[in-house]
Amino acid sequence: MSAGFVAFQTIVIKEINRILRIWGQTLVPPAITMTLYFLIFGQLVGSRIGEMGGHRYMDFIVPGLVMMSVIQNAYANVVSSFFGSKFGRYVEELLVSPTPNWIILAGYVGGGVVRGMLVGGIVLIVSLLFTDLSIAHPWIMLLSVFLAAVLFSLAGFVNAVYAKKFDDISIVPTFILTPLTYLGGVFYSVSLLPEFWKNVSLANPILYTVNAFRFGVLGETDVNLGLAFAIMIGATIVLFVFCLRLLQKGVGLRS
Amino acid sequence: MPEAGTYTLRLFTHPRSSVYALSAANLKKTYGNKVEALKGISLDVAEGDFFALLGPNGAGKSTLIGIASSLVRPSAGDVLIFGKSVVHERMAAVSQIGLVPQEFNFNQFEKPFEILVNQAGYYGVPREIARRRAEQYLNQLSLWEKKDVASRTLSGGMKRRLMIARAMMHEPRLLILDEPTAGVDIEIRRSMWTYLTEINRAGTTVILTTHYLEEAENLCRNIAIIDKGTIIENTGMKVLLSKLDKEHFIFDLSRPIQALPDVGGYRVQRIDDVTIEVEVPRGTELNALFGSLSAAGIGVRSMRNKTNRLEELFMNLLDDAKARSIA
Repeated sequence: MSAGFVAFQTIVIKEINRILRIWGQTLVPPAITMTLYFLIFGQLVGSRIGEMGGHRYMDFIVPGLVMMSVIQNAYANVVSSFFGSKFGRYVEELLVSPTPNWIILAGYVGGGVVRGMLVGGIVLIVSLLFTDLSIAHPWIMLLSVFLAAVLFSLAGFVNAVYAKKFDDISIVPTFILTPLTYLGGVFYSVSLLPEFWKNVSLANPILYTVNAFRFGVLGETDVNLGLAFAIMIGATIVLFVFCLRLLQKGVGLRS
Repeated sequence: MPEAGTYTLRLFTHPRSSVYALSAANLKKTYGNKVEALKGISLDVAEGDFFALLGPNGAGKSTLIGIASSLVRPSAGDVLIFGKSVVHERMAAVSQIGLVPQEFNFNQFEKPFEILVNQAGYYGVPREIARRRAEQYLNQLSLWEKKDVASRTLSGGMKRRLMIARAMMHEPRLLILDEPTAGVDIEIRRSMWTYLTEINRAGTTVILTTHYLEEAENLCRNIAIIDKGTIIENTGMKVLLSKLDKEHFIFDLSRPIQALPDVGGYRVQRIDDVTIEVEVPRGTELNALFGSLSAAGIGVRSMRNKTNRLEELFMNLLDDAKARSIA
């Protein structure tokens, strides 16, 4: 087993232990929040809305809410864990070690992906209390959820690197991530929007992640599937390279 | 499982090489706020040495350690660790260093055992071996019973020992300790001294910064004194101490004295009713001093050498450096 793999494995195990140690903060809240979404929007409001994109409204919002949970939790895990390690100075344990930067990054992203997928799985199981789901394209579903988790873990890492205080790690999720998620086709099909707002929505990367995942589950999408994957893969590569540059420069980490 | 504190010390040994454990050349560091922390330091620490790095607060000691461990980037110059450049061959250089920083920098919510195993993992030590080593070092540093408690609940002394154990997990050739005994009680401090002496004997080079000058005097063979970013003294401990032109002895008296006695021209200081301190020019025979004390009607029950000789030298050197900078 190579030293690099041992270091990667160590960071991921440490992250998984952290997720499980504070399960009341990491795993329970999304389950409760999403249950309420299913109950209020899916059952109560949804029964009056009727169909959306050719599916029952409840069925329509399940993929969006699963993806929303994955995005928010992958992001939250990396931003809080890495910033916490900076704040408590125990990031120095890694910085003084011979662990290469790309392995540090991959390890934290691995932690974000584990939490994102774990929470996504929990929300999917919760959704079964409200609807019967059949998965149209399992591999596309898994690939889209994995890519989204990687992408937003990287985004969380950028936030953590620049953050100087705890306020800084809640600003982006509150004022950018949540609005983009709500406007990213979680609760509605962008085909309902006027042309102008439909075009504006196409600039929202979350729209592509939600629709790729929805195609995996329902076989329906508002956007071109190839374009959706190209955007997710392209953005992941750009962010990965950017994060590596930040680590190499030691931004916020080395003086 | 052996009881804490009774574990037999099993130490790895490092083969000696001809390169310096640490070699800094013309090392400069100016921080973003224009503070010039290091002004061109050059320093060599031989392999196997027990080396003291002394200096007042803000002298540049922690910056030097930061550069050696790659946490701080030098503005100019380089540090070689066993011949490997920290700037150009970072991974090869830092893998040979174990660092015990001044401030606690471990996750206070993690357990000591977990902290040690993870630290070994960052150096590529497989988990099974890491677990065995964690048990060994926790036992050696009397922390085995605390292996599963949240580390925030450990006492200050235990936290310091945990950081030493953590630094040893990848069995480094060079151990750098930045004030490892700060705030630690005397009993724990002495057990830490014993431990550090043992690992040094087994071949690990040790560099120590401390404010306890007695600690440096007792443990270290060589010493460098840094002040305002420059090295003002770099020599052997014995050579440095031999520069003292006066020695101080403490006398415990058999009877209380009320007034300061006249002891044949020696400088005498009364510490309390039954203790005096006498300054003696270095190399003087003490027979005359005892004669003078007897003549003054003073009985001596016991005497000892005052231990803060290094402190005196240290202050003299800093005063000299200050005088030179004013001139």
